[in-house]
Amino acid sequence: MPELPKRKVGIVACSGEEIAEGTVTRLAALRVLHELRPEDTVTICLPLFLAGGEGDRAFARFYPTVTIDGCDKRCAAHGTATYSAEPAASVVVSELVAECGLGAVEGRRRLNEAGRQAVEATAARVVSLVDGLLKPARGRRFAATLPSAGP
Amino acid sequence: MTKPVSSETVVIPCSGIGKPFGSVSREAAYEVVDALRPAGTRLVALSRLVLGDDEAREAVAGHPVVTIDGCKLACAAKMAKASGARTVRELAVIDTFRRHPKLKPEGIAELNEAGQQLARVLAEEVAAIVDEHAGRKGTDA
Repeated sequence: MPELPKRKVGIVACSGEEIAEGTVTRLAALRVLHELRPEDTVTICLPLFLAGGEGDRAFARFYPTVTIDGCDKRCAAHGTATYSAEPAASVVVSELVAECGLGAVEGRRRLNEAGRQAVEATAARVVSLVDGLLKPARGRRFAATLPSAGP
Repeated sequence: MTKPVSSETVVIPCSGIGKPFGSVSREAAYEVVDALRPAGTRLVALSRLVLGDDEAREAVAGHPVVTIDGCKLACAAKMAKASGARTVRELAVIDTFRRHPKLKPEGIAELNEAGQQLARVLAEEVAAIVDEHAGRKGTDA
């Protein structure tokens, strides 16, 4: 039986260095990539869509992506859609913080307690989206990658 | 008519989250704008330039810019130029590391002590460039 390529989800964080919520996006992405779903996820730096080559711009065409944005400018979601492909799902930290009733996120260099809670909440949301994207697709899409029997 | 360039310097670190050098670039940028030269600098997020955000592009076009890149792809430098920056000093973490090879950065979410020290050294280099720009502006005036 042929070994099929493992399907993964791409995580694109805005990384917005100007605001604390940007730090949350970065740390949440790292938590998912390194600890929570290391086998199921990959990432690319957002600016590579512009600064990189065609391979980088094709990223979201190879992988369904979950974008993580710090604020409602949604740079990661818009950037991914504009330069690669429409993200499969997106998370906005400022909205999630309000939804979860967390306090004000502060400290772009060193997050406060609300910021650390926001990292956990964001990572958990991303994990649920990743699992949702992979589970229903596994049998169907993997079957679609099998070599055809010919015309 | 050319746009006047303010003495405030824009610092743009890379957005890399895959390697410690990206973390060093950010830590150095924060050290400059938060601690070393808070009055004469501002930070602009690379993601806003990717988006084409008007305010971010104006800031980059109207101020001296220092970019700090974590890898050879040099996203920050490329994006600054593509966004209309005219006066750009391009720094790379690897260059500072080559001058200080004992300061090997490790860790991404949490830099080790050597990485923190490397960031401080790099921040001093950026601060010197900021002072150079400010001095030039003062001389021009």
